[in-house]
Amino acid sequence: MKERRFVREVVESKQRILILSFVVGAVFFLLLMRLWHLQILRSDDYREMSENNRLRFVPVAASRGAILDRNGKVLVSNRPSFSLAVVPQEVLDKESLLTQLSALLGLERAEMDERWRKSMGRAKYYPIVLASNITRDQVEILEENRLRLPGVEIEMKPVREYSNGTLASHLLGYISEISEKELNAEGYEEYNSGDYVGKNGIERALEMELHGDDGGRQLEVDARGRVLRTISETYPTVGNSVVLTIDSAIQKQAEQAFGEQAGAAVAMNINNGEILAFVSNPGFDPSLFSGKLPADIWKGYLEDKRRPLENKALSGQYPPGSTFKVITALAGLNDNRIDDSTSVNCDGAYTLGTSTFKCWNKKGHGTTSLRKSLRESCDVYYYQLGEKLGVDKIAATAKAFKLGAPMGVELQNEKSGLIPTSEWKQKRFGKRWFHGETLPVAIGQGYVLTTPIQLASMIATVANEGTIYRPHLVKRIVDADGKPLRETKPEVIGTTSFSKESYRLVKQGLYAVVNESGGTGAQARLYDVKVAGKTGTSQVVKMRDSKQGTPYQFRDHALFVAFAPFDKPEIAVAVVIEHGEHGGSAAAPIAGRILRAYFDGKKPPRKEPSAAPKATEEPEVDEKAATLEESQDSGDKSND
Amino acid sequence: MKRLLPWKNRKTAETSPMIDRRLLTNIDWILAGLVVTVCLLGIMNIYSATTPYKMVGTAYFIKQFYWMLAGMTISMLVCSIDYHLLEDLSYWLYGFLILLLLVVLLVGRSTMGATRWLDLGLFNIQPSELMKIVIIITFARFFNNYHSVGGLTVGDVLFPLGILALPAALIMKQPDLGTAILVILIALSMTFYIGPRWTTIVTFICVTIPVAWIGWAYLLRPYQKNRVLDFLNPERSRLGSGYHIIQSKIAVGSGGIAGKGYIQGTQSQLRFLPEQHTDFAFSVFAEEWGFVGCLVLIILYLSLVLWGLNIARRCNDRFGGLLAVGVTAMLFWHIVINMGMVIGLFPVVGVPLPFFSYGGTSMITSMVGIGLLQSISMRRFMF
Repeated sequence: MKERRFVREVVESKQRILILSFVVGAVFFLLLMRLWHLQILRSDDYREMSENNRLRFVPVAASRGAILDRNGKVLVSNRPSFSLAVVPQEVLDKESLLTQLSALLGLERAEMDERWRKSMGRAKYYPIVLASNITRDQVEILEENRLRLPGVEIEMKPVREYSNGTLASHLLGYISEISEKELNAEGYEEYNSGDYVGKNGIERALEMELHGDDGGRQLEVDARGRVLRTISETYPTVGNSVVLTIDSAIQKQAEQAFGEQAGAAVAMNINNGEILAFVSNPGFDPSLFSGKLPADIWKGYLEDKRRPLENKALSGQYPPGSTFKVITALAGLNDNRIDDSTSVNCDGAYTLGTSTFKCWNKKGHGTTSLRKSLRESCDVYYYQLGEKLGVDKIAATAKAFKLGAPMGVELQNEKSGLIPTSEWKQKRFGKRWFHGETLPVAIGQGYVLTTPIQLASMIATVANEGTIYRPHLVKRIVDADGKPLRETKPEVIGTTSFSKESYRLVKQGLYAVVNESGGTGAQARLYDVKVAGKTGTSQVVKMRDSKQGTPYQFRDHALFVAFAPFDKPEIAVAVVIEHGEHGGSAAAPIAGRILRAYFDGKKPPRKEPSAAPKATEEPEVDEKAATLEESQDSGDKSND
Repeated sequence: MKRLLPWKNRKTAETSPMIDRRLLTNIDWILAGLVVTVCLLGIMNIYSATTPYKMVGTAYFIKQFYWMLAGMTISMLVCSIDYHLLEDLSYWLYGFLILLLLVVLLVGRSTMGATRWLDLGLFNIQPSELMKIVIIITFARFFNNYHSVGGLTVGDVLFPLGILALPAALIMKQPDLGTAILVILIALSMTFYIGPRWTTIVTFICVTIPVAWIGWAYLLRPYQKNRVLDFLNPERSRLGSGYHIIQSKIAVGSGGIAGKGYIQGTQSQLRFLPEQHTDFAFSVFAEEWGFVGCLVLIILYLSLVLWGLNIARRCNDRFGGLLAVGVTAMLFWHIVINMGMVIGLFPVVGVPLPFFSYGGTSMITSMVGIGLLQSISMRRFMF
């Protein structure tokens, strides 16, 4: 019985296979019939449709998203710009066309040739951009001569407008035509030559948000290139806009305060890591980079000793100088090497073995407590403390503050700075660490390097007593209609384990720096808000104290880090003035102005903006500071 | 332990699960030859289709060549295993795959929107792709032990329908309409091979229509609906997906009898075709090689499918026969849906042409199927 059933099933299944084979054959026959229909019966129609001069693709560039400050003020937006393009397949005689164009519009022939050459190998339908950013007059000339110039097209593209000129130029970055290298890079697959991409700053870091999706129209045209109908069209999608954490009012004040000096400043909300001002001075004009950058301006940028194209806030690595004493002090407190009552006698120098390490104050500071050591920035105090601690304990504290590594800001090319350890030296130079090398490290010299953004984060962490937030520049992404898409949430990237008491003692010292007689940072003082901070002066080269006549590039860097208000801190600031010589006199006043701008902005909006209280308040503060500290504000000077 | 290693006490698999030397002499060269020929044609075509692309890293046709080698290796591994082993593993495999599909749904949800997790997106494809093979094995196992007189009744098909509905729903949810449809078609093909009664078919159709209506109203994503509507009326939307069908038809039609010549297809070289190295690869081929080329390719595919059915016919055990039908159905539906889409017979669903479209996932799945066919073909003399 079972056998019989099995046999029957086998026979049945073989029959069914046969049926299936016929079905398969029939379906494939159907496919062939359809192909016959398309490729043989209607072949001519389709061939005509696909003929070279029937269809054309016209790209429609997406409008790039705007960049706004935290209060919605427009920093970067778009305006229309025209460019000249040709569709190669419609050009009858390339040579004569280019000659005509250069005669009509005064365009350089060589450049058009170059652009044409670069686009070789692309679809013959695809327009080649021969000249970007042509004037409205040139557009008119082209329109008039359209019939004599077959294949020529005028494309309208939105171009970038940086409404505040050089304001925050390093932060915003610029856009420019995509390079051949970028075209081949990952992530740029959808781009075509002639497209604009962000090259720097936010424009580059948030390229994918800002760019939007290009659209295009597929047109059917007749032999003369006249459009018969639109076959298909995809609309461009406007890029998203980026709302920064920057407050442009503070940013403006900060940049004005810098004047012609080179350097960087970062102001940060200590409770969430939002960067309120991000200065790298001098700046550049981002709009120049979208077009053809005039050679003399380019040359000027390159030859300027102040390196205007470098983003100093992020990529500038400076020895932190005495601002680093905050770290050394915390390391000492944590290691129980010092406390409130420890004091050291400073006679102007400290001798270790055969070497002598000088204090900036040759006369010496006398009996020096922790508070006084910070206030007057006594080097000897920290030489002794550093010697006791050893380099690795100092480094551990610095690393607890995330120094020596990129902070993870949204922008590219963030530098990591350097916190030396004995292990690092062994690896780097194959030599053991010498005790004498620890002493400069204790006062932020030697191998130690930090970026302004790290310094701002460091002082913010001191202010909030141990929480390290990732510094960030993007507050939120909004779509073209302003509807929020994504919000940046504050991110804690680390916490320190130092005691409240340690922080209290250090912060007391920092308060004294700005507010007590003898403090080196008096010029950052505000009349209405308690500021705490630390000056720093970092050596560029080992030089004699020949103050007058030191060449610019050998002068010391001036630094100042601060937070305010002292009792309930909100904002942290780090200022570095390249070759500014003294932290107290060069950097502290700028930090003061940034803080001033911040606290002014917090006041309820005034009815009459013309009153401009800022203008009246500021000199008052400066005067006060100057009179109070005239004799002592010469800043600190590191070891020789 | 015995339950976990059931083949230990199986008669049919007394020989070791590893390949028997005698089997080598039985390699199905026709099957292997057809597959390799299509693969090579595919690579040649991918070379042409990707000429207008800006290249990043290794060229697509070279990568496809690597995929082909990888696929052949996997295929050989699969055919070296006695397929009867799969019968006992089938429900385990099924359970495992369902688990994977669930994981994908959960992980997929939490990573949506963050571009850097797109890498994980590749992983999404895998379980649903594998499901195609596993549904074949599961159905083969079920019907192998299921004997009915006079065809399947409505009651008979309820359980397999349940087995099918779960993964199909999970895949639909991903959402991956193309794969879901394929899994369903494969399972239905196998059910029809076993033979339902007429009453079953009629009942099934009566139930399907309202279910499909509900599915249309609630399950399909807007873009999926758009695709179906665009297919029904390509002129409906000139902006969106209808454009793909028009462009593809222009490409195929303008190929004419003899084609425009290798790398001479204007539609493809000017990048009017969407995804022309993957789902629309056949469109490129049709434009450049014309009706003659298409005829050759279709004959190759027809031979492959008929040969698959022939392997099923020659196989002397029911399980092997069912497996062979299942794998053949998988290939058949891929081919028909993809080609049908390219020549405007079906809506645009993301179904690749086996061995011909660029893509590792499709290559591996198809090659696993070929490995199974090979395994069945080689062992036809063993009982």
